[in-house]
Amino acid sequence: MDFEYFFELLLGGLTRGSIYALIALGYTMVYGIIELINFAHGEIYMIGAFTALIIANVLTMMGLNHVAVLLLATVIAVIYSAAYGFTIEKIAYKPLRHAPRLSPLISAIGMSIFLQNYVLLAQTSDFLPFPSLIPEFDFMEPISHIISSAEMVILVTTAVTMVLLTVLIKFTKIGKAMRATAQDRSMAMLVGINVNRVISITFVIGSSLAALGGVLIASHIGMINFYIGFIAGIKAFTAAVLGGIGSIPGAVIGSLVLGCTESFATGYVSSDYEDVFAFALLVLILIFRPSGILGRSTTQKV
Amino acid sequence: MMKRFGKLLLATAISAAMVFTASGNVFAEDTIRFGVAGAHSGDLASYGLPTVKAAEMVIEAANAKGGVLGKKVELLVEDDVCKPEVATNTATKLTSQGVHVVLGHICSGATKSALGIYKDKKIITMSPSATNPALTQSGDYPNFYRTIAPDDAQAHLEVDFAINTLGLKKLAVLHDKGDYGKGLAEFAKQFIKDGGKAEVVLYEGVTPGAVDYSAVVQKIKRAKADGVIFGGYHPEASKIVMQMRKKKIKIPFISDDGVKDDTFIKVAGKYAEGVYATGPRDTTGNPLAQAAIEGHKTKYGKEPGAFFLNAYSAALALLNAIEKAGSTNYDAISKALRTEFVETPLGKIRFDDRGDAIGIGFSMYQVKDGQYAELK
Repeated sequence: MDFEYFFELLLGGLTRGSIYALIALGYTMVYGIIELINFAHGEIYMIGAFTALIIANVLTMMGLNHVAVLLLATVIAVIYSAAYGFTIEKIAYKPLRHAPRLSPLISAIGMSIFLQNYVLLAQTSDFLPFPSLIPEFDFMEPISHIISSAEMVILVTTAVTMVLLTVLIKFTKIGKAMRATAQDRSMAMLVGINVNRVISITFVIGSSLAALGGVLIASHIGMINFYIGFIAGIKAFTAAVLGGIGSIPGAVIGSLVLGCTESFATGYVSSDYEDVFAFALLVLILIFRPSGILGRSTTQKV
Repeated sequence: MMKRFGKLLLATAISAAMVFTASGNVFAEDTIRFGVAGAHSGDLASYGLPTVKAAEMVIEAANAKGGVLGKKVELLVEDDVCKPEVATNTATKLTSQGVHVVLGHICSGATKSALGIYKDKKIITMSPSATNPALTQSGDYPNFYRTIAPDDAQAHLEVDFAINTLGLKKLAVLHDKGDYGKGLAEFAKQFIKDGGKAEVVLYEGVTPGAVDYSAVVQKIKRAKADGVIFGGYHPEASKIVMQMRKKKIKIPFISDDGVKDDTFIKVAGKYAEGVYATGPRDTTGNPLAQAAIEGHKTKYGKEPGAFFLNAYSAALALLNAIEKAGSTNYDAISKALRTEFVETPLGKIRFDDRGDAIGIGFSMYQVKDGQYAELK
């Protein structure tokens, strides 16, 4: 019984951590490339969820089957949010590329507030029901009440995404260009890498992942509103710092550690202290490993 | 030394006053004196004046029928501006005029400061609007009654429903850490403990806006709770209910009027089915309420204001109790208030041992076929 409880908490923590990871990767990649903390990133997650909601409702009305709705809604939400990420970079950060470091940071906060209010006005401030796009089915008896199909889908999707991202960065041309840009932007430019394009692609990839996270969690939780990006964004940012901002495996590990910490704190102590434990962990890590769990010297990023 | 002197003085004053009222009662049997106290001027007058109007209407109607116990009812109105320090003067003035019962005061603070004076003189006091739970629950004021549900009434109803109607034994009490939700959850926890029939197996606050609540939901399961009482608003409630139902936890979910909201049903969808929530009782269909409001419109030419129906009901309950008691004797009226039901615009009511109206305030609702239905 106690082992079962432990596993339930662990899986809950990993599920939550997976969502954080999908968002945290965007923070960490953008930071790795241009040393900017993109505070509007949480809003991309929220916009991804809203887009999927609208698309899913339209598709369901058109009478498409469940799996088609899930796939189409996810793909469209991801593309649409990627476009948002691309545009945000062009509007809010590119003009400030050579400005003092504080300026793009303030621009990012402004963007975050703008997007929240834009969705608030364009949609509603109420919570909206989100259809459970992930089909619900039961596993065999001992497993079925430890993990649900939605949690399984979230875990698997995140794992697959991580592998794909690693492959992309390690073995493709654009991945090489990204790593080069992260190491030294002016040097990369000198050897003929289109740095602006690399930055745009980084934003597109980060936004796509955040949107994917948004769709998955909204489908799991069943409700969204314009404010969900804020808290999720803060938590994912915390996870990125925990793992070592700028490091991709660090963001994943940081997210899973954070998710599990919250889950165990709730399960074994009290949910009153969920955030207390999460941020106490952050403080401890930063005291003993100022660059985060996997953070290394600042020259090796992405 | 000063303290003892003060006590001595107080005792003298009280005994002097008692002699006065006692003698007052002896030669004052020609009318029934009905005091009304509350804010009748100042910035809170809009809360107090409807009570005066309600008392006027009820007393006029009673006198038109030949009065109560064959005597005319006399209305004595005193202003307390909703200030505790003024309220003591108001109370002293009304008692010196020999009132038999008092309708008021309006604000909880003013009510509390005035109650001691009425208590010493054994005068029944009934407020249409003071919701502070301690006024009745502390047991300090056996002379106090009210026709409005106290702040903790919802928690009381939830616990009562969970234990006595649903027969639950192990309750998980959750809240959203906010003033409203946590306040209710604390009351619920206390009532469960005091009742002794069930136990609180889990008491926790969830973080509003957290990504998911699966750990809390697992905790509910692990605690082997057979019911959940949640204090807070609908976004958290729907998240918890949905995750519970998805984890196949089918135990009852009972919440408050922060959840008795159509958005809850819209968001939680099929998972909302069967959820219980307390909400203000719907009395707009009550013919007495309609008649009272119509009467106010014809007499004063406008809509009645705040707490009008509560005051109207209180006035009816007081006069009814005097009629049933057959005298203006304190003990007889107290007994009548607690035992005799009376038809009022708020429904059929009587008072419990603490002085809170039974049959007033909140009802339990349940989601059935995508709508909240009042449980009778």
